[in-house]
Amino acid sequence: MSVSYAVKSLSQGSRELIAFRIGDQEFCVNIMSVREIRGWTQATPMPHAPPYVMGVINLRGAVLPIIDMSARLGMKQAEPTARHVIIVAQVKSKVVGLLVEAVSDILTITDDNIQPVPEISSDLEKQYARGILAIDTRMICLIELDALFPEKAHDKESEAA
Amino acid sequence: MDMNEIKEIFFQECEEQLAELESGLLKLNDGDRDPETVNAVFRAVHSIKGGAGAFGLEELVAFAHVFETTLDCVRSNKLEPNQDVLKVMLRSADVLADLVTCSRDGGSVEESRTRGLVKELEALANGEAPPAAEAPKAAKPAAAPAATPTDDSGFQPIPFTFDGFGEEEDAVEQFTYEVTFKPARELYAKGNEAALLLRDLSRLGEMSIACDTDQLPALESMDPEASYFGWKISITTPKSEDEVRAVFEFAEWDCELEVKLAEVSADEELPMVPVPFDLSALDEEPAEIVEPQPKAVAAVEAVSSVAKAVNAAVEKKESAAAAAAAATQNNAVAAASSAGQTIRVDLDRVDRLINLVGELVINQAMLSQSVVENDTNGTSNINMGLEELQQLTREIQDSVMAIRAQPVKPVFQRMSRIVREVADMVGKQIRLVTEGENTEVDKTVIDKIAEPLTHMIRNAVDHGIESPEKREAAGKDPEGTIKLSAKHRSGRILIELIDDGGGINRERVKQKAIDNDLISPDANLSDEEIDNLIFAPGFSTADKISDISGRGVGMDVVKRSIQALGGRISISSRPGLGSTFTMSLPLTLAVLDGMVVTVAGQTLVVPLTAIVETLQPEASAIHSFGANQRLISIRNSFCPLVDVGRILNFRANQANPVEGVALLVESEGGGQRALMVDAIQGQRQVVIKSLEANYTHVPGIAAATILGDGRVALILDVDAVVGASRGQSLKPEMSLAAAG
Repeated sequence: MSVSYAVKSLSQGSRELIAFRIGDQEFCVNIMSVREIRGWTQATPMPHAPPYVMGVINLRGAVLPIIDMSARLGMKQAEPTARHVIIVAQVKSKVVGLLVEAVSDILTITDDNIQPVPEISSDLEKQYARGILAIDTRMICLIELDALFPEKAHDKESEAA
Repeated sequence: MDMNEIKEIFFQECEEQLAELESGLLKLNDGDRDPETVNAVFRAVHSIKGGAGAFGLEELVAFAHVFETTLDCVRSNKLEPNQDVLKVMLRSADVLADLVTCSRDGGSVEESRTRGLVKELEALANGEAPPAAEAPKAAKPAAAPAATPTDDSGFQPIPFTFDGFGEEEDAVEQFTYEVTFKPARELYAKGNEAALLLRDLSRLGEMSIACDTDQLPALESMDPEASYFGWKISITTPKSEDEVRAVFEFAEWDCELEVKLAEVSADEELPMVPVPFDLSALDEEPAEIVEPQPKAVAAVEAVSSVAKAVNAAVEKKESAAAAAAAATQNNAVAAASSAGQTIRVDLDRVDRLINLVGELVINQAMLSQSVVENDTNGTSNINMGLEELQQLTREIQDSVMAIRAQPVKPVFQRMSRIVREVADMVGKQIRLVTEGENTEVDKTVIDKIAEPLTHMIRNAVDHGIESPEKREAAGKDPEGTIKLSAKHRSGRILIELIDDGGGINRERVKQKAIDNDLISPDANLSDEEIDNLIFAPGFSTADKISDISGRGVGMDVVKRSIQALGGRISISSRPGLGSTFTMSLPLTLAVLDGMVVTVAGQTLVVPLTAIVETLQPEASAIHSFGANQRLISIRNSFCPLVDVGRILNFRANQANPVEGVALLVESEGGGQRALMVDAIQGQRQVVIKSLEANYTHVPGIAAATILGDGRVALILDVDAVVGASRGQSLKPEMSLAAAG
């Protein structure tokens, strides 16, 4: 999938993104996929789960899996504290909780603000990164959640793990 | 709403009608002669026919039509519904049900079956010398597979085809019918329109029509929604009387309709003279017949015929003493309109409500908890309010659960058919007695219990009840009795299947078990243990494999499906007196009785139905076996010890068994295992939550639940864990299907 295609495939005109922080990096996702943002609560670990699945929590009666975004994006595993937040997001037909350090911003941007991902990226970054935003002096990476959690996860998984 | 949805609703309604039909017929069979019962039966068949006609399900229409005709004879007291007649009717009801199923799911009913019954039904309709009006109906069912061409009354049936409307018919004989049509107010209330019906009629052939305005009252006393007009039509057409009637198919219940063959067919130009009605129409008139439709027209006509109307009104008053027949008919209409006090709701919506209420209960518990913690003085208003809230939420939860609850009646009714069929097949006389059929249980349970119950009923008929000769020899009533009962007991539903047959032949069962290597020849078993051998996998007592039961699947399958529902089954038998199967099932699949345990710091729930017993292992009872297997000796037998924490990867090393608790479980495939957990927290009813909805299936885990503290706890899949301990790996699906 070429980068230019990926950029174009995002909707036209201005839109809103929600930006969050993991370590010293910032990422953002389309705000339309975000259902709510809530504080960290202790998750129930799942047997045989990949390292980035922290477990499941109770979201008003539904069982919500919690994904450690840091680990999922290939960084070190998070050690959640009370200050961590969970972004509850809709990914295809499922609802997942994304554990991040903090929600930093809500951005309104147009397609012009999005720069293509440089060619130097590794496979993992290519898999989810859909563009780069330059806001003031910050660099924010636009993530496509659907690509991060593909329906057929098996083959992608080997790269990620 | 598209056509398929409408069709789906039709089939749902068919199910209801079929149930109505069967229960009505069974009532008649028990000697009930209430005309309302006959009417209900007739209505059921008629509705199915009507709906099927709308969807072009010709086979169904054809059969329903013949059936209806015969029922009509019963309704009009021309045919006495004795046992023999009802036998045919019950079988017809079965075939009708099959035809409905086939229409829905495809496939076809054996034509010989249908044809045979059509013949029998027609014979019934004709046999009791039905008058001319009935005979032709029976003799030429629309497109019936086997329309019989002869008729006692000398009436010549007319051949026709369904798609004959557009075809040339010049060679066909013409008939002239006198049609009297008098709509009731309900006809208009239901959105039918007399003018459209008349227009449809006019398409059948040449028609002359006269409007009868005799009923029209004076303008000031006129009800704008009433129906005052009737029509007298003379129509010349090649069509049969049935086809003429078919025009009024959907209005038939809401009008006075008379169709008869005119004596003289030459009179094409019928004079425009109002024709008097038959008496029953007048009887019904006073308060009943009203019409929302032709207000304007009616008003104009009214002025012109005031005088006439006054006369008519007087006449009506005089004949108002309603005849019994008319009264019955009125009741029938009333019953029909009051029947539907239910609404159809999507199950998903109900489930969503149940989820939300479950969440409310948990939230309320958490709230109470924190209030108690922060409030040393336990008498505050907040506390009292919370207590009331708790009570309310419990009540809401119960009521919401009750929405999903359904009576077991439909399943029980299906069983009576099976008893009938199987008993016929094996030549036994068996009566099915049902009890407590209004006992309610969750819909999912009802759906899933039908199959094992069917199997057990077949078994009871085939193996349980003896042949009439044997029964008589044993001094019993040649007619066997199978009793099926349901009742609530301590939060579960108890279903009992009692037969008064020969009971279990323990000698044979034991021999069979020995032959099949299920027990050793010198095993010393109690009677109860022998009885329960029939649930062992691969056990079948039937010496020869019969068509009905014993097709390789036996009671073990029944037991397994009951267990899958979280239920238990047991048998008690008295030789010569019969056997009793007792099934105990949870009232709902949304909740589960579980043992809450701790494993490696995590809280897990083990389904209570799987647990045979719990025990505190002694160090001396634990034996190492091979490299890393351990066995525990329980009453001199050795049972593999399975560390749940290790299997689920919660800890790297096996725990010390002596520090934990062993749960002795029985798995689906038979065989016992001792599951090691760290501690037992208690026994609790938990609400089952799907893991698959947002995550993925996790091997070894059946589902999740939410405990009182609001945290998620996992429910152990005992069978998978036992399987894993046998070496079938619990394959960790390393997908983050979590999201995917």
